[in-house]
Order: sequence, then structure tokens, then C-alpha cells
Amino acid sequence: MRLDVVIETATRASRTGAVVAIGVIAAVASMPWWAGSGTMRTGVELLYYLALAQVWNLMAGYGGLISFGQQAFIGIGGYALVLFAYRLGLDPYLTLAIGSALAGLFAWPMSKLLFRLHGAYFAVGTWIVAECWRLVFANWSWLGGGSGISITATVRGIEPWWREALAFWLAALIGLGSIAGVYLLLRSRFGLALMALRDSEVASESIGISVTQLKTWVYVVAAAAFGLVGGLIFLTKLRISPDSAVSINWSVTIVFIVVVGGIGTIEGPIIGVVLYFLLREYLADYGAIYMIVFGLLAITVMLTLKGGIWGTVQRRFDLHFFPVQRRLRSSQQTLNST
Amino acid sequence: MANLLDTLLQGTLLGGRYALMAIGLSLAFGVMRLVNVAHGDFIVLAAYLALVTVNALGLHPLSALLIVVPAMAMLGYAVQRGLLNRAIGRDIMPALLITFGLSVIIQNSLLEVFSADSRRLQAGNLSSTGVSFADGISMGWFPLMTLATAALTIGGLEQFFRRSRLGRAFRAVSDDPEIVQLMGYDPRHVHALAMAVAFATVGIAGTFFGIGTIFDPALGPPQLLFAFEAVIIGGMGSLWGTLAGSMVLGIAQAIGFRIDPGWGILFGHAAFLIILAVRPQGLFPRTRDA
Amino acid sequence: MTLLLETRGLTAFYGDFQALYGIDFEVATGEVVAIIGANGAGKSTFLRSLVGLVKSAGEGIRFGGAGIESLPAHVIARLGMALVPEGRRLFPSLSVEENLAIGADQAGEGPWTLASVYDLFPMLRERRTAPATALSGGQQQMVAIGRALMGNPRLLLCDELSLGLAPAAVRNIYAVFPQIRAAGAAIVLVEQDVGQAMRAADRLYCFQEGRVSLTGRAGALSREQISQAYFGLH
Repeated sequence: MRLDVVIETATRASRTGAVVAIGVIAAVASMPWWAGSGTMRTGVELLYYLALAQVWNLMAGYGGLISFGQQAFIGIGGYALVLFAYRLGLDPYLTLAIGSALAGLFAWPMSKLLFRLHGAYFAVGTWIVAECWRLVFANWSWLGGGSGISITATVRGIEPWWREALAFWLAALIGLGSIAGVYLLLRSRFGLALMALRDSEVASESIGISVTQLKTWVYVVAAAAFGLVGGLIFLTKLRISPDSAVSINWSVTIVFIVVVGGIGTIEGPIIGVVLYFLLREYLADYGAIYMIVFGLLAITVMLTLKGGIWGTVQRRFDLHFFPVQRRLRSSQQTLNST
Repeated sequence: MANLLDTLLQGTLLGGRYALMAIGLSLAFGVMRLVNVAHGDFIVLAAYLALVTVNALGLHPLSALLIVVPAMAMLGYAVQRGLLNRAIGRDIMPALLITFGLSVIIQNSLLEVFSADSRRLQAGNLSSTGVSFADGISMGWFPLMTLATAALTIGGLEQFFRRSRLGRAFRAVSDDPEIVQLMGYDPRHVHALAMAVAFATVGIAGTFFGIGTIFDPALGPPQLLFAFEAVIIGGMGSLWGTLAGSMVLGIAQAIGFRIDPGWGILFGHAAFLIILAVRPQGLFPRTRDA
Repeated sequence: MTLLLETRGLTAFYGDFQALYGIDFEVATGEVVAIIGANGAGKSTFLRSLVGLVKSAGEGIRFGGAGIESLPAHVIARLGMALVPEGRRLFPSLSVEENLAIGADQAGEGPWTLASVYDLFPMLRERRTAPATALSGGQQQMVAIGRALMGNPRLLLCDELSLGLAPAAVRNIYAVFPQIRAAGAAIVLVEQDVGQAMRAADRLYCFQEGRVSLTGRAGALSREQISQAYFGLH
């Protein structure tokens, strides 16, 4: 039997998605002129959580690297501000780039050590390394020691409206950029190799993909992204302490966002972030309850909805806003949609 | 010289506490290849359970073991049967993320119920007396008791694994959960029983933890990390290895504390990372797997 | 003779791949039945379906008069069906004696005990404390058979006993089959070695691509019939 097929990398949903995306970008870019200060702050937070979740999902959902220790790089990005901007007087925005580069730089030797641990052991191992960073910052009194330090001085002289707008645009650039970046990355040869790796390490070795090299790259790139976001977070908070910067709660929140939204999809973290902020907004008055609810939700999703909320929607409706896979389509049906 | 001896002694005693905590984690590793990320939080939960028992019945904290240990064992059975059995398999992600979720739920639930205030189980003069040797070397009775309890628990479990029918089934299900069914064993039940045994040791560890130090709901994760380090340093799958790993961790921390109180924990982590770098299989890997 | 095991129209899948297409199969009490067939004919899948390790469908599996198709593997094992799995699958953490003893943990009384298994395979008694995987292939196969016998099964299923073993080791193992049979269990042998199967069995089933292509009394089938059923030469 002969089948007439075309190879498709775009879907109707993805074309609709492109139009929506342009609208979203325009609305977001103009926000500093029409939104209030509170909305902007929430917006910044939402956007950097979106970036963190996208990158964590790239590692875990596509690269098979489950890390509970990415807060190490948030800390490195944050403390780069203290060291270079506050202590050494460099431009704080330039420092964001330095923090990102440093995070990537430190990630390389760390990966050498951590890749000796596999699966769940790797996850806990990354957490221990993050704890080491927390303790180093806590014992380094020049950077504020255990009780932390205020870095307001670094942005003195920048007009508040301008500073808020700049922070917001940066967050938007990183948040929306993370979606675009992960999407383009996954559609490249690199992405194909990464997905092959997730599906079978042995098979991808046999077709000539160096597993360790690929994983190292993912780990380093993810670290640099976390370092960048970490710098941005503390450039808006303007106060940093080891316990707030290198906190396991970053990992907790990011993991839950990705798992509930849908691990291994680009849409999943977006849905997860929105859901997380809605829950937090509605349950804010009940203290720790929202974390309990989110934990229960994550466990329920893990046990009953394979692939999270978006994975389930995708299976049911064959929707792909970010098609990262090549699909063989005959005139009647999709032959392969995984 | 006396300083050095005292540091080694304190480190060994600290190692006893970590050993007691690490047994349950090591067991779950060994039998189910499962990393329970909520392990530390279950230890803290057991400490609170002991606290409630002591307050309600007016018992000595050590007598509370009679209630805490069986209660934790039942909880372990339920957690494995109800949640984790559905998540173990070739893909490690579900079990890892579910226990991560449990960790957050336990921590925040304890926070809701008991607040963030620090607590301690009052054990009278047991926790404050000890014996003093010459030259400023001293040893508390309670840390010594903790170390002895850890060693006895490990010795008892080793015998149980080697000699009892259930212990044999634990080893068999760890080797091959499919074939064990052909022997008439339900692996879900065997796994749940193994988790019950692991949680029984968590009950002991939690009670001793609560007597030995002040605790609050946020202390679970550090205990998980210490237990994890002890297991990896010792070499996975061997309980005596876990005891040795705990000693290494305790001594490294004690040396760090001696140099600067802020460096203690960091020295422990460093010891773990160094051993990971030079001997990733741990100090005493189980020979039959090697 | 009464019917011990019966399947009607048994089908089984591995994911999307159908391995068995409607197998009708019978074993009477005390009977020795061989299943032969090429690689991938579905022989192992069939045995694994019988013991409940592979989900199967069809008009049911009856064992000792009761329907067992929906029972989990450990319950089927307790009803008296034992499998010597392909590749032996001994427990590496257990000694020889522990591997044997675990077979009896959940089973009833019967002719097979540690002592009688050691009488059947005397060399295992000498190596009782050795780790099971330290033994030679043939000795490991003896442990695997012994482990299955310790459950005192009414039906013993053996999957490719001769696979990877030296001819002498295979002869040693098949030499004890009359004794196993005399103790009362019915036996189903899956074999690729047709000659061995014909000598050991009363009846023969030949599987081809998930179907029964030939069945009959072992002595009544001609070489041509068998090779046609085996290789599918038409």
C-alpha cells in the first residue's frame, strides 16, 4: 500500500497561536502605560515563574534531568548583584548578564559531579549542592551573611517608573522569550536529539548522540537561564538573603507548576503558572493552605492525568499550539502524533 | 589531642543520630529502589506524633515509642499501598514527584496544626546528663543511647532480613518483583510491608530526634539530606554501610563545627561530594551487586 | 483422566502487538504435554498468560474446574500452578536453599520438600549455601525447577529448559522428569528442541504465529507434519 503523506511541522492551532501571540506581546509591551503598580508586580512574578518553569520543563520533561537544586543558580544570579553591582559598583543590568554567565560557568563542573548520580539520586544530589551554595552565601559576611542584605543602593538614581517598566519589560522578554527559545530549541537538531535521549538513552547512543555531552549542555544552559532570572528577581525585590535566594521553595513551586500543567509540553508550564497564581490569589488568606492544596493537586494529577492538564487536553483534542514534532499526515488522518 | 578525640567522639555520636534516620531511607532504597523525598518530613511528623502522645497520656517520651512505632508502621503500609505502589516502575519520575508533593503537604500541615514554634520532647535528666572523662572529653547519655539504638536496630534488621521468611521475601521482591508473584507473593503487599518496616524505624528516629533536639515543621528536608548522604556515602543496599556512612558524615560535621559553627553542615555536604567524586559507589557497596 | 487445564480462544497482546490468536489447549491430570514452535510463535507468551503475568482475553482459562482468567498471578500460583521461567530468573540475593525455600512459602503440603528436592538433585545439597547465581547454568536450572516444585504444584510449566545449556546438562535435567511425573504433577514443556519434546511428552502442540498449527499424540505425528506445522511450509 502506498500512502500519500506530507510532513507537517505547523498545525492550524499553531497558526492561530501565532496570531494570539502577537496580540499578547503587544498588550504586554504596553502594560507599563496602563497597568497599576500591583498588577505590574504580579505580572513580573508570573513572567519569571513562567521562564523558570519552561526551563525546568526543558530539563526534566525533554532532557530527563529532574533537578531539585535549581535554586542554586537563582542564588548565584542574585548574589552576583550583591557582589558586582552593590559591592563593586557595576551597572546592575550588566550584572544580570554576569550572573547568568557565572551560573552557567559553575554548572559545568557541578554537572561532572552530579551526573554520577542517576534519576532520583540526581534530584536529591542537586538539592545538596544547592544547600552548599546557601551555606557559602550565609557564611560570607561581605555579601550580607545569614541575615541578608539590602541592595537598594544599586538602583538609586533610576527613576521608579522607569525602573518598574524596565523590570517588567525584562521579565516579559525572559518569560515570553523562554517560550520562544524552548520552542525553537526543540525544533532544531538539538531538540530532536534531546527528545531521542528522553525516549531511550541506549538507542540515542547507538545513533551517535553523546548522551553526557547533550545532558551537560542542557544543564549548563538551564543554569544560565536560572542565573539570569535570579538576578532579575532580586533586582526587583532589592533585598536578598541566603534563605530566600537558595530556597527549596523555588523548586517546589516550579515542579508543581510543570507537573500540574503538563510535563514535556510547552503549553503545560503556561497553564500551570496561571493556575498557580489563581490558587495563590484565592487562597492567600488561608496561610499555608494553598501549598497543601497545590501539593494534593500535583499528586492527584501525577496519579490520574498522565502528562498533566495539557497532556490530557492534547490527547483528547489533538491540539498542538507548539508543534515540536514532525507529523506524517495522510489525507484522512494523522499517522503519528507522538 | 583531647580536642581531636572529643571531636571524633561527638562526630560518632552525631553519626548515631543520622544512622537512626537513614535506616528507613536505606530500606526503601534497597527493597523498592524508591527514593522517598518526604522521608525527613515523616521523621518530623513522628516527632510531633510522639509529642501529642506524651502530652495526651503523660508518658515518658521513650514509652511513646510503643504508640509511635506501630502508628508509623501502619502509615507506611498505607502510603505504599495507596500511593507509591501505583507509581513505582521503570519511570522514576512519578514516585519522586509524589513524595516531593507529600513533603510539602506534611510540612505545611504541621505548620497549620502546630505553628512554626520550636518544640522538644521533655525526657527529664536523660537529655542533660552524661559522663565526663578527663581533659574536657564528655559524652551525653542520650546521644550514646541513640547510637546504641541505631546499631541494635541495624543488627536486628540484618538478622530479620537474613533469617525470617518475610525478610527473604523482601530480598526476593527487590531482585525480581515479577517472579516473586510465581511464589504466591503479592508484590504490592510485600512492598507495603517493607515500607511499614521502614516507617517503624522512622518512628524510632523521630522520637529520638524529638528528645535530642528542638524541632519545628520545617526541619524535615535537612534530615532527608543527611540521611541521603549517609546512605550514599555508605554504599547503597547495605545497612552496616549506612551506619558507617553516618559516622563519616557525623565526624565531618563535628570537625566543621569545631572550626566554625557556621561550617559544620557544609563540611558534611563537602564530605559527601568528595566521596561522590572519588568513590561514587560508596564506601561499602553491597558486594553481590558489584 | 480428568481435565486439569483448559483454554478456549485465548488471545493476548503486548501493547498493540497481538501475540496469541485464539488458542484452544487442554492438559489432563498427570499428563505431560509439549509445546513446540519457532521463535516468536507465542509459546512463552502462552505460558505467561496461563500464570497471569500477561493479561489475556478469550473464552476463559479453566484450572481444576475454576475460571482463573481474571485472577492475579500470585493467586494463580497459590492454586497450584508453577512456572519455571525462561532464563531461570533465580533471585540473585538468595542462596540456593533460600531460592528453593521461597517456593514453598505460600504453598500447601505435598510430596516436595527441601529433602526430596535435594534427593532429586543431589548436587544442590552440596551447594546449598552458595549464592544461586554462582552455580553453573545446568545447576541453576535445577534450582529453578526445584523452586517451582517446592510449591507442590498440580501443574508444572517449564519454559525452554534446554536454552543455553550444554547437551549433557539437558540430559541430566530431563532424566529426572519421570520422577517428577511420578510424584503427581502434570507438566507442560515448552521446547525448541523437537526431539527432546517428542521423547518427554505424551502429546504435542505446535504453535505458529500465535496459533495452534498442529496437535496430536507424540508418537502419532510424522516428521513431515511437524516440520510443516513448525515452519509453516505449505
